[in-house]
Amino acid sequence: MNDITSIAFLTSVLAAAIPAGTAILYACLGELLCERAGVLNLGVEGMMLMGALGGFAVAYHTEQAWLGAIAAFAVGGALASIHALLVVSLRANQVVSGLALTLFGSGLSAFLGRDLVGRPAPASFGKVAVPLLSDIPYLGSILFRQDALVYVSYGLVPLLWWFVFRTRPGLNLRALGENPATADAMGLNVAALRYGYVIAGGALAGVGGAAISLATNPGWSENMTAGRGWIAVALVIFGTWNPARAAFGAYLFGGVEAGQFRLQGAGVPISSFYLSMLPYLFTIAVLILASRETARRRIGAPAALGRPYVREERG
Amino acid sequence: MHAATVPHAIEMIGVTKRFGPVVANDGVDFAARPGEVHALVGENGAGKSTLMSILAGLYHPDAGVLSIHGEPVEFRSPRDAIDCGIGMVYQHFMLVDSFTVAENAILGARDAGIVLDTASAERDLARLGERYGLKVDSRARVWQLSVGEQQRVEIVRLLYRGAKILVFDEPTAVLTPQESADLIRTLRAMAAEGFCVVFISHKLDEVLAVADRVTVLRRGRAVATVEARTTDRRALARLMVGRDLLPGTSRSDSMVPHTGKDIRETILEIRDLRANGDKGLPALSGVDLDVHAGEILGVAGVAGNGQRELAETITGLRPVTGGRVRVNGTDMTNRPPGDIARAGVAHVPEDRLGTGLVPGADLTDNAIMRRYRRAPLARGPFLVRRAAAVFTDRLLAAHDVIAPGRTAPVRNLSGGNQQKLLLARELAGEPQLLVAVHPTRGVDVGAAETIHRLLREQQSRGAATLLISEDLDELLALADRIAVLYEGRIMGIVDARATDPDHLGLLMAGIAPAAASA
Ligand SMILES: Nc1ncnc2c1ncn2[C@@H]1O[C@H](COP(=O)(O)OP(=O)(O)O)[C@@H](O)[C@H]1O
Ligand SMILES: [Mg+2]
Repeated sequence: MNDITSIAFLTSVLAAAIPAGTAILYACLGELLCERAGVLNLGVEGMMLMGALGGFAVAYHTEQAWLGAIAAFAVGGALASIHALLVVSLRANQVVSGLALTLFGSGLSAFLGRDLVGRPAPASFGKVAVPLLSDIPYLGSILFRQDALVYVSYGLVPLLWWFVFRTRPGLNLRALGENPATADAMGLNVAALRYGYVIAGGALAGVGGAAISLATNPGWSENMTAGRGWIAVALVIFGTWNPARAAFGAYLFGGVEAGQFRLQGAGVPISSFYLSMLPYLFTIAVLILASRETARRRIGAPAALGRPYVREERG
Repeated sequence: MHAATVPHAIEMIGVTKRFGPVVANDGVDFAARPGEVHALVGENGAGKSTLMSILAGLYHPDAGVLSIHGEPVEFRSPRDAIDCGIGMVYQHFMLVDSFTVAENAILGARDAGIVLDTASAERDLARLGERYGLKVDSRARVWQLSVGEQQRVEIVRLLYRGAKILVFDEPTAVLTPQESADLIRTLRAMAAEGFCVVFISHKLDEVLAVADRVTVLRRGRAVATVEARTTDRRALARLMVGRDLLPGTSRSDSMVPHTGKDIRETILEIRDLRANGDKGLPALSGVDLDVHAGEILGVAGVAGNGQRELAETITGLRPVTGGRVRVNGTDMTNRPPGDIARAGVAHVPEDRLGTGLVPGADLTDNAIMRRYRRAPLARGPFLVRRAAAVFTDRLLAAHDVIAPGRTAPVRNLSGGNQQKLLLARELAGEPQLLVAVHPTRGVDVGAAETIHRLLREQQSRGAATLLISEDLDELLALADRIAVLYEGRIMGIVDARATDPDHLGLLMAGIAPAAASA
């Protein structure tokens, strides 16, 4: 394994990239739904952390990984419902509310998780080889010897793509983010739908957290998402609000993460601090690139993203 | 007619709607029958849009009852109104720019099926468009369409969604006179088929051409409903404003412009000016204009043909991508707005509360904005509040701005008084060039008269004025020459005394009439 150019090395990096990217992918798909509905959620990191903790705690006590994943889904959604309440009903500033939830989620998860730090996981999602498919040379071991959450995400990406671009509810969703006044005038319940998508988005972020605490690194440690929530936010822009492109970005980041560990393992000197910096550098870079109004429109940013909608108030 | 037996399509009784201190509708009664075109007229701010937004379920009334086809209803959202067959074309179009026409039509529809079926919507839209003479390309994206086409999309969508009661909020404001005539024919045809059509406007000629009956709103109250056949412009105008209009909007010959200035020096010189709009697409594609001292140059055009971009590039608010802007011979292309203002350019922007004034700041702060850095309002880095107060009081008195006080936030002023304050501030520095965009839009008649007087005073003082307006009557009354913008180019410049709305209309539609060389 010392030759870092060998096919075997590459295959192992890619096989590790998929689950590493999957955690980001769930969060990213959630954020995508939320932003398509016109709401910016910067609380993803906090929702992932709460999901990671909630998922692990439930799996720890019930010894059921699936129950853990469901709990992570619920916890993420619950935290997101606070965001929905603040920004949809109370018209709070979306950036401030999101940041507050990230701080709240990381603080609360650290506090509630004190006793779980370092506990072994009695249940987690192990690798399952898909019969036949996993025997395909190279591709089989990269794609089809993964855990259950990875397989679910394989289905989720095309499903969400189809939903957003090929269904009526998806059309309505896009209208919410493009022009909520029009959506309202055409008979959609803007507030209720935004609640729904914000909560669904947070729930997916929660599952993203569980994909770490129940699959890639079973267990709980404080701040274990290490900025992946921020990568997810940036990847939504990078992926131009398209689930398929977002998935590509998520796996790319998974690859960077997996590659770095393996390079270190292979004796290539790279400081782990670079990896820790990466999410934030990437987020800053994407936000700078996407900050100009014309650039945002060209890449298809939802036109009303970040703006509250109140029916009787003049826009 | 069988009006006695068929219930009203719309019946609104005692409708009241308040926005904070503003009573937009005050116990309004309104009724319209199926098969008629019913016009709703009134000055800007009279409450027309509010009343119809209540009918469309967008606004919830504070009091009053509503019946549709004789059934009492209560609308909690536009959905409820849509379900009752009510459709409205709002003043600001309700279309998603990035969607196709068909997608806009399907949006929010409650038909069966979760899969997006644009093909069948495209067929239906084509059929409806054919039938009512409202042709639209249902695969085009809305942002690619002209304003007139977008309006057709709105109308066809209402029909597609099965509306039987159709409300049009100032539909002709964005159309050329020729397009307006087409629309009027379409509306008549719809009424003949049994639709109930409500037509909002304050252009009385159109109203008389299209309507069966007319309801007049004044300051939130319905003052009369009359048969269109038995009334005329004068009578309607009197009902709208509550008095006879002053002859102020017609050109008085005693107002000979540019007195004492024989050599008409060029104040503003624009050559091959190019700039992009908000979407990054070219909005000005090579504009040449000169405005001379003592001249009012009017700029006409259908909304969205580069008017805003023209004003913003001259005043430094929008980057110039090509060409030159000279003020008094000095190159001002792409200079910061502050430098341009100091060079003697005043700006009354379209969006007076966003760009022109600071809504949350008080009258004083808004009034001193152009000169707070200089004595006597400033002493070193400090503001002299007393001098600012004196300055503001003088400004308010001189332009009869009616306000609760110097310390009230500007947001609380009526539109007309906001505009007077803005003009007062901009004109206080005796600018050499005034760029005024829709200065009388949304203000009451009294304030509009004051504003017209101020513009004429600029002219006699020898200042140059670039007046951008959608109101052809205003342009014809005030301007010396009128330039027509079409798709970011000057279609023609005509002498205001030697032209008429029809001629301007052709230019606005991008058609160069043979005799456009006035
Ligand atoms: N959403 C709103 N918020 C605050 N004030 C409003 C709102 N809509 C209308 N108004 C006020 O109500 C009055 C009537 O407005 P509107 O119905 O738009 O008049 P019109 O359509 O006849 O020009 C105006 O004074 C306007 O400023
Ligand atoms: Mg109106």
